[in-house]
Amino acid sequence: MVLLPLFSYLLRRWCAPRASAAARGPLALVAHQVRYDLLASFRNPRARFFTFIFPVVLLVILAGVFGSGHTVILGVRVKLARFYVPGILAMSIIAAAYTNLVISLSALRAAGVLKRRRATPVSPAALVAGQALTTLVIALVMSAILLLLGGLAYGVGFSLGALAALACTVIVGTLATAAVGYLVAGLIANPDAAQPVVQLTTLPLYFISSVFIPEASLTPALRDIARVFPVERLADAFQRAALHGSFTAAVSPGDLLVLAIWGAAAATLAARRFSWMPSTAGG
Amino acid sequence: MSAPGAGDGGGRMPDAVISLRDLRKRYGEKEAVRGVDLEVRRGEIFAFLGPNGAGKTTTVEILEGFRRASAGEVRVLGADPWAAPGRWRERIGVVLQESEPEPGLTARECLALYAGYYRAPRPVQETLELVGLAEQGEQRASALSGGQRRRLDVALALIGDPELIFLDEPTTGFDPAARRAAWEVIAGLRALGKTVFLTTHYMEEAERLADCIAVIADGRIVAQGTPQTLGDRQRQAAQISFILPPGTGPGDLPPALAERALDQGGGRVALSGASVARDLHALSGWALERGLELDDLEVRRPTLEDVYLKLTEGS
Repeated sequence: MVLLPLFSYLLRRWCAPRASAAARGPLALVAHQVRYDLLASFRNPRARFFTFIFPVVLLVILAGVFGSGHTVILGVRVKLARFYVPGILAMSIIAAAYTNLVISLSALRAAGVLKRRRATPVSPAALVAGQALTTLVIALVMSAILLLLGGLAYGVGFSLGALAALACTVIVGTLATAAVGYLVAGLIANPDAAQPVVQLTTLPLYFISSVFIPEASLTPALRDIARVFPVERLADAFQRAALHGSFTAAVSPGDLLVLAIWGAAAATLAARRFSWMPSTAGG
Repeated sequence: MSAPGAGDGGGRMPDAVISLRDLRKRYGEKEAVRGVDLEVRRGEIFAFLGPNGAGKTTTVEILEGFRRASAGEVRVLGADPWAAPGRWRERIGVVLQESEPEPGLTARECLALYAGYYRAPRPVQETLELVGLAEQGEQRASALSGGQRRRLDVALALIGDPELIFLDEPTTGFDPAARRAAWEVIAGLRALGKTVFLTTHYMEEAERLADCIAVIADGRIVAQGTPQTLGDRQRQAAQISFILPPGTGPGDLPPALAERALDQGGGRVALSGASVARDLHALSGWALERGLELDDLEVRRPTLEDVYLKLTEGS
């Protein structure tokens, strides 16, 4: 009974002519930005390929071809499929929150789109929050797709506790990676440099961070180097969730802390370095 | 050269939407803007002209709040643009010199996105109609023609219903028909009571649209006035020019004309400092007497372009 007035209130609000997002407050404004950023992302063929299709294809190839072999991760002997699912999960987060973000920010800035948005009353905070949340939504959707595929096609199941731990890692990892993305996009002046820079900074890390190649095949020195960077920490946290059933065993506070430090440091530097203006000489 | 009404010891005009006092901007060693004074009044279309590298873009970016002045006083709608709060941006609209549409969105979605940034935006449909894009609302913005994209840029600048609109070279690269269509849109802004700050390379555009023109060269305002009075254009003498009949030279002209005749090459002669009626009479009398024809006879005042080129010579 108590639901009825609430329902009719919501219905009236939904149908009433609505004030602009800015007039409804900062949260509505961020939601407004997320809606259009998502629309633009889903319609962008490059973003669709790198963030959605590529990780799925890679998982199908790796788990399909090598999945029934075995390896040791974090001291536990598992089927290779259980190694590839968390690895590709980590890669897809990097693809969405770093590769795609850096390339699209550089392009938007060079095209004058960021400058034009800044010419309006919208605050930089709302634009950045909108972009970060958009990236998070994409990362969560992508994680769900990869987990479903891993579970249904390759028998890599996760307990509820492990899924909760995994969700924590997706949230912290995506926001931290996006902060690094803003920092790197701020350092790149020429949009043509974005693609090579993101490939050079991610590809070597993928190979030494237990994403494609199990840690058993890496030298201790390489593993130590990899542990400094977010890619390994993401992969490590996802692997822990893939191995354990309870939330407390599956969650990985050390990895989350390192990711959070990366994120906070990158966000602080990006706040100083990031420019909304295309790089042109003043006339 | 001082702005109208600026001669009273720095007193600001009550209806000044933009006012600059001794604006300076330096980039390292180079001073790009070297003491600019300007006043733009409410409701006028103000054209800001100058060659590339004269400090035009820098000045515009300071007015838009994208760059900080090194020295001088900047007031736009009563605020210093660099320090102005977000609310100030509710009252301005900006069409950048170069900007691509929002990727992936239709024209209508672009406008809906930007409408969300303002507290009291114009209706999207009405704004599409205002710039003549009512038919293209559902098209991807990136698929629009160059002229249509520019009109979408203008629509994006108008969606917040601003008082002051900056148009930075709005018709560069347009074909003549698209340019004329854009002029109608800009003239329509005046009808809406907006103040327009326009930069352009096209003298015809400034002459058609502007109530007031300022010319910047080498970081300074070198002239300011209406399209008719810029650089004392109205007081400059008309020039008579024609092609000399075959077999005659400048020396064959009546002596009063011959001493002022300038050979412009290809047989064309111009009379400087002409008193039009008297000189034409003398000239046609001379030709009739000899049974000659005066081919390609022209009488013209200096065009705005002549004045502009003279003002910006050497920069």
